Amino acid sequence: MAERYSSFTPGGTGWFLQRITAAFLVVVLAFHFFLLHFVNHAYEVTFMQTQVRMENIGYFLTMVLFLVTAAFHGVNGVYNALVNQGLEGTQKKVVLAVLTIAGVGLVAQGIYVALAMRGMI
Amino acid sequence: MSQSYNRGLIEDFGRWKEFSAGMWAWIFHKFTGWMLIGYLFTHIAVLSTSIGASSESTAVIQAENDVYTTTLQGLEGLFLIRLLEIGLLAVAVFHILNGLRLLMVDLGIGLESQDKSFYASLLLTGAITVASVPTFMTEVGI
Repeated sequence: MAERYSSFTPGGTGWFLQRITAAFLVVVLAFHFFLLHFVNHAYEVTFMQTQVRMENIGYFLTMVLFLVTAAFHGVNGVYNALVNQGLEGTQKKVVLAVLTIAGVGLVAQGIYVALAMRGMI
Repeated sequence: MSQSYNRGLIEDFGRWKEFSAGMWAWIFHKFTGWMLIGYLFTHIAVLSTSIGASSESTAVIQAENDVYTTTLQGLEGLFLIRLLEIGLLAVAVFHILNGLRLLMVDLGIGLESQDKSFYASLLLTGAITVASVPTFMTEVGI
């Protein structure tokens, strides 16, 4: 029988969450790009317009969820890419810790930014 | 009785000449993924200027002289940034299309066409990227 080539545990949470976040991101990333490059042009973006968009609670929550899922999907993807390259033992644990800290830091800063855009800070 | 073989690393880039369509799809997906997560960190760093802008006066914000607006519009005035944005779109579109392909593979749908769907992802990415060039290059000097 062929060997398994995936770094994910079969049926594991990591594998499942990577797929769930992927399905969500496919839609929201396309929406984000379309809205901010084709409907509104990036070169015309102002803080006032951003505030108006973020004052809509649905848009605000979608953007926060977008940030959380993208950060998880990206950091988990990088971790699995490194595991595929043969990362093991202590190195693997250190990389996981560094990536977790980076991911949590990114989400925290992103939420702070989102709250500032919404006028809540 | 089953027998296992040590086939080395999952991705041994030294063997790139042996890679099939599916392997190239995997490599491109990984490469575009690295670009996107790298960009996300940069994106949040740039958008962090909104923290400074939020403490500026309403008059400054309405006059579009706040740090967020001037930073974003300053960056958007650079030809290089517009070029990088087109690159980002290409990377994001490929990652999305190939991601859909991977979700189909995971569900066992169309497995026999997985190589064709990779080529379709590449072609569609190219077409969407080329079609977006006029939009990305609006009002920028070289």
